[in-house]
Amino acid sequence: MSDDSRSQALKDFIGETEEIIESLNLDLVTLADAADSGDADPDLINGIFRGAHSIKGLAGMFGFDDLSQLAHRMENLLDSLRLGKIAFNQSLVDTLFYSLEQLTQLINGKSEDESFTFDLAPAFQRIDQILQGDAPEDDDPLAGLNISADILNVLTEYEEHRLLENVRKERAIHLLKIDFDLSSFDQDLAELTQLLKQQGEVISTLPSAGDIGDRISFQVLFGSSLNKVDVAVLLGEDDLDIRTFGESEQPAAAEEFVLETPAPALFPAPVEPEVAVPGYTESGSSLRSISRTVRVDIDKLDLLMNIVGELVLSKSAIVNISERLKSVAGNDMSADLIKATRVLERRLDELQKGVMDVRMVPIGQLFEKMSRIVRRVSSEQNKKVDLVIQGAETELDKMIIEDISDPVMHIIRNAIDHGLETPAERRADGKPDKGTISLSASQKGNHVVIEVRDDGRGIDPQYVRRKAIQRGLIDEHRELSQEEIRELLFMPGFSTRDEVSNLSGRGVGMDVVKNNIAALSGMVELASDVGQGTAVTLTLPITLAIIKALIVRVGDKTYAVPINSVLETLMLEDGEIRTIEKCEVIELRKSTVPLLRLNRVFGLPDVKDDVGKRLFVAVVGLADKRMGFVVDDLLGQQDVVIKSLGKALSFVKGIAGAAELGNQKTILVLDVAGLMSEALRSESSLHV
Amino acid sequence: MKKILIAEDSPTMRALIVSTIDALGDYETFEAANGFEALRLLPREKVDLIITDINMPDINGLELVSFIRNNENYKKTPLFIISTEGSERDREKGLALGADAYLVKPFTPDELQSLIQEYLS
Repeated sequence: MSDDSRSQALKDFIGETEEIIESLNLDLVTLADAADSGDADPDLINGIFRGAHSIKGLAGMFGFDDLSQLAHRMENLLDSLRLGKIAFNQSLVDTLFYSLEQLTQLINGKSEDESFTFDLAPAFQRIDQILQGDAPEDDDPLAGLNISADILNVLTEYEEHRLLENVRKERAIHLLKIDFDLSSFDQDLAELTQLLKQQGEVISTLPSAGDIGDRISFQVLFGSSLNKVDVAVLLGEDDLDIRTFGESEQPAAAEEFVLETPAPALFPAPVEPEVAVPGYTESGSSLRSISRTVRVDIDKLDLLMNIVGELVLSKSAIVNISERLKSVAGNDMSADLIKATRVLERRLDELQKGVMDVRMVPIGQLFEKMSRIVRRVSSEQNKKVDLVIQGAETELDKMIIEDISDPVMHIIRNAIDHGLETPAERRADGKPDKGTISLSASQKGNHVVIEVRDDGRGIDPQYVRRKAIQRGLIDEHRELSQEEIRELLFMPGFSTRDEVSNLSGRGVGMDVVKNNIAALSGMVELASDVGQGTAVTLTLPITLAIIKALIVRVGDKTYAVPINSVLETLMLEDGEIRTIEKCEVIELRKSTVPLLRLNRVFGLPDVKDDVGKRLFVAVVGLADKRMGFVVDDLLGQQDVVIKSLGKALSFVKGIAGAAELGNQKTILVLDVAGLMSEALRSESSLHV
Repeated sequence: MKKILIAEDSPTMRALIVSTIDALGDYETFEAANGFEALRLLPREKVDLIITDINMPDINGLELVSFIRNNENYKKTPLFIISTEGSERDREKGLALGADAYLVKPFTPDELQSLIQEYLS
């Protein structure tokens, strides 16, 4: 294989294994829920087994022995479970989660560097321990069933076990013969299977021998507590070909049943004519696969988004020209041009929305990862935690989800590590042993609000104050407002824990969380009640790539303010600005809004308060905070494509990035969240 | 050009097998992501070789082998099972049902290529 094709194959490998791991995770969570009852859905276990099995096979092909071995052990474990050789309990589920975690780490490492590996001995040991469980005695109850060898021979070991399990549960074993139109058999069979599964277990589906003409027949081995007549009624066919094994009142059960070659069409009509799916051609030429999704490299989507962004800019230029043309020569042609531009504008809007839509993924993906972390961290800490998830269907740009996963993970670790008490402490406080962490997401206009809430001990302001004094962050006589206490928690190097835990105390503090979120034009807020718990709220834009912006002029400079944070704009009347405790404010519908003069922030000269000179205010809001940015002029709204300033300029305060305007001019985009929190901080320090 | 049908549910594995076959140059490949797709393809393309995985959703590789070996039209078509090293019984069953070869993943491109050439040239 050439280097190029190897690297492409490797990309595919990472993509596919990630997908498998994602679904394994979901399945394991479902499996964990069943652990208490000790009775798991065999389809679920089999699905997990197949996932581990696929990863093993793939890893082997790429020469990743470590990965392959780990997947192999997991597969063994799952194989023993599905074949009923080991008990299904909590410790098994924990081991599966643990192994999956290790597997994920290995794959993540290899996606960066193929030679990445680490010591897997502890993982192997843990799996092997569970595997040493005793196998239940096997007395081959199949022998008495008289099922034809032709059928037994095509059952995989697992299917054989399922057959046994059904027999042990004293279910009747039915063999259904049924034929379908070739053009729609997969759909028809899927519907039949679905129907059967509600009443039992489909053990095997065997295509009957014989030529495939217009129709194809199958034999379905079905275990159920229904008797033969009930099955026929269930399927709505009285003369369905059903052989039933192991049903006492059915002497036919003992008959030897042999596969026929070739199998005749047993009943010419499909079982349920209405289940045929439209769109399949009678000729049976459909090659469509069952899966309806495509996996796309995020870089390709970024490229597409950039092109759309450029198009939006070109459109703005055309709109500009056509309006100028209209004012210069107001003839039919200029009117037509404007009309045509409107159509272009609408279509472009749709295209932009479409491309953005493709990038949107449900936040549930992130939440599932978090549920794994909660499980692991809580067990390491010997704390009992219930994770409550809400709003998993809320959608966010894929890149934003990626960028917030570390901050969210950190917040959750904090909640378990620092927030939640041990079961004993909770009992002493009259709380239930099990702590609750709720993870919720909801869309509010152009923002998504994510909240991590725990019902733990909360943050004691006096404790924070003492720590801050100890660390020389504040003067020892200073009293702190609620706001300042919260701000302290976001200061670099601030930790309220004496001993560094191996979880959240890895040098990543809330300051990093805050910076990461601010880089996404988002905002972090923290609210805490002693004894009641803590809530951390992230407010994030839905997408970053193209935004509508309010263009403002400050002195001789132009800036863009993301419109999703602008609540309203107003013109200041003379004498409207008041000063309260050295802060400039305005009254807006009976509430007070602090002002921020942008020229002062950016070191531009003060505008002289000439008589008749009017100032404008853009009132911005994030979460429940509001503030008025004072500017010299409002220049209207425009779509802008945000480009990052790069690392070199990332220290510039108050600027989120640069944007191109339609006329090829580049302007700076304001970091509203950053400006607001900076201003609110200096304001609150003035109070003291 | 001789035709090879590949039934395998993992797209990456399928792509690997196809590229291994493409490297030989003389064969046309048809891909099926599951047993059903294989059943659809079989009557339409007269294939000269079938390569199938064992663990697939819907119908498993053994069921596919049994079908093929019991069908007049395909009973002589060479058939390889590829599977991740797993149950010895599955392997025995596969061979007993009439598979010509049983390849265990991970196999090298050479192993597959020489098997193909052995059966198709």
